[in-house]
Amino acid sequence: MHGRNTSTRRRFLRLAGSTAVIGALPIVSLRPVEATPETMATAIRAVVGGALVQTGKVKLDIPPLVENGNTVPMTVSVASPMTANDHVKSIHVFNEKNPQPNLGNFFLGPRAGRAQVSTRVRLADSQKITAIAHLSDGSFWSVTAEVVVTLAACTEEVI
Amino acid sequence: MAAALINVPKKAKRGDVIEIKTLMSHIMETGYRHTTSGKIVPRDIITSFACRYNGEEIFRADLFPATAANPFISFFTIATESGKFDFEWIGDNGFSETAAASIIVE
Amino acid sequence: MRFAGTIALASLLALIGALAGIVIRPLIAAEIPSTERRSGYTFMAPDTKAMQDDDTVNPGMLGVLDGETLWKRKAGAASKACADCHDDARVSMKGVAARYPAFDKALARPVNLEQRINLCRARHQEAEPLPYEKHDLLALSAFVAEQSRGMTITPDTAPELEPFVAKGRDFFMHRQGQLNLGCTNCHDDNWDKHLAGSAVTQAIPNGYPIYRLEWQSLGSLQRRLRNCITGMRAQNFDFGAIELVELELYLMTRARGMPVETPAVRP
Repeated sequence: MHGRNTSTRRRFLRLAGSTAVIGALPIVSLRPVEATPETMATAIRAVVGGALVQTGKVKLDIPPLVENGNTVPMTVSVASPMTANDHVKSIHVFNEKNPQPNLGNFFLGPRAGRAQVSTRVRLADSQKITAIAHLSDGSFWSVTAEVVVTLAACTEEVI
Repeated sequence: MAAALINVPKKAKRGDVIEIKTLMSHIMETGYRHTTSGKIVPRDIITSFACRYNGEEIFRADLFPATAANPFISFFTIATESGKFDFEWIGDNGFSETAAASIIVE
Repeated sequence: MRFAGTIALASLLALIGALAGIVIRPLIAAEIPSTERRSGYTFMAPDTKAMQDDDTVNPGMLGVLDGETLWKRKAGAASKACADCHDDARVSMKGVAARYPAFDKALARPVNLEQRINLCRARHQEAEPLPYEKHDLLALSAFVAEQSRGMTITPDTAPELEPFVAKGRDFFMHRQGQLNLGCTNCHDDNWDKHLAGSAVTQAIPNGYPIYRLEWQSLGSLQRRLRNCITGMRAQNFDFGAIELVELELYLMTRARGMPVETPAVRP
């Protein structure tokens, strides 16, 4: 289910138009420039700089088998007392196979009370998701989750 | 048209940690789709979301093409005082929407 | 093999019915027995169910809210809002979606909820019909249907509807298209198995218009049916075609006894 086979199939299936809803010209979703693990690493470096990223404290709640890659519910939480002296400043979520490495950046602070954010993301393929938390003491903590994404069985496109 | 669906508790006790849930109507066009003639469908997304509690920013988010359509964002804050939450979504093509909700903190 | 048995059984019953002078609705052996019928909801992953269960996170509710605004908006040459005749939708629209599609006497055929809305616009508001599958019609039909949420689906059993239900059932049952597939082959014979990664449901449309994750928007039953027919590589129908309404009508008989879940969330 991983790698090239899935992406070729996705490109083939997405090839003809989209629904008439969009407008006069049908829309296709050709597989564009892919993010790679390297792109993700670069994006992470942009946030973290050269600092050490430790594993722990962060929890990523995302279904291991995704019902539909277009809308994936995701909750990130960080174990933190969220006081003025010890809190989460920001949470950054990355992926390795979407066209773009970022899934979201969230900026918190001691007023948050709880370091937990939920949203819905798009995942193009089965891949690793990484969430990195930046704490008030300057440290970085991370967690990684593997997600399996399958295609919807029937597309609307007329092939 | 009705853009946002906001959920904030109407009442809370001082010091309670409350959850705020927000839903905004938006297609979040990724900018990676093409028409069959090969033209890119231009990107049209919400790029940032912010929440202010009695004027002070308590939460902010950067959104990307990877955010699903009709963005849902939920987060927490400490109920400190009665007042107003202001929500703002900003995006491509001059997209700008606001919403508000009040809370009574006793 | 089961299909041949179905035809034999149906013929036998029709014969008995004819002999008895009674019209029996043929028992199609392939149809799912009512004790085994399940809403599409029950096939979903927990996260998707959670999205439907909570009105504060259900994206379909955005459409319902828009529909509520449209309900009060004056329209057409008569400058009337739905509310001007129907007042509070919570009262007047309660139960409507649970028994649609319904028979329209003037047209002498069944119409679905979207068509009913457009007929009202034409007949009473002197307004242009709302285009199928565009935001306004979806929002209004979501708002109206949501007023029946939780109610039991009770399709109209008026005798005028019977020939249309029969046509819808025929379409569902017969093999067609490049794949030589009938709807029944998946939805009666293979539900709860999987097609690629997706669960095959029982084709019980009790939550329309739904917020479909694949679409990332609200959409009507006809959009879903056209989607399926495309997937079967069979001859498709335009929005509003009588064939699609007949199919909707039949599908709602499968949904008899199920609760309305609009706005449902489905993958």
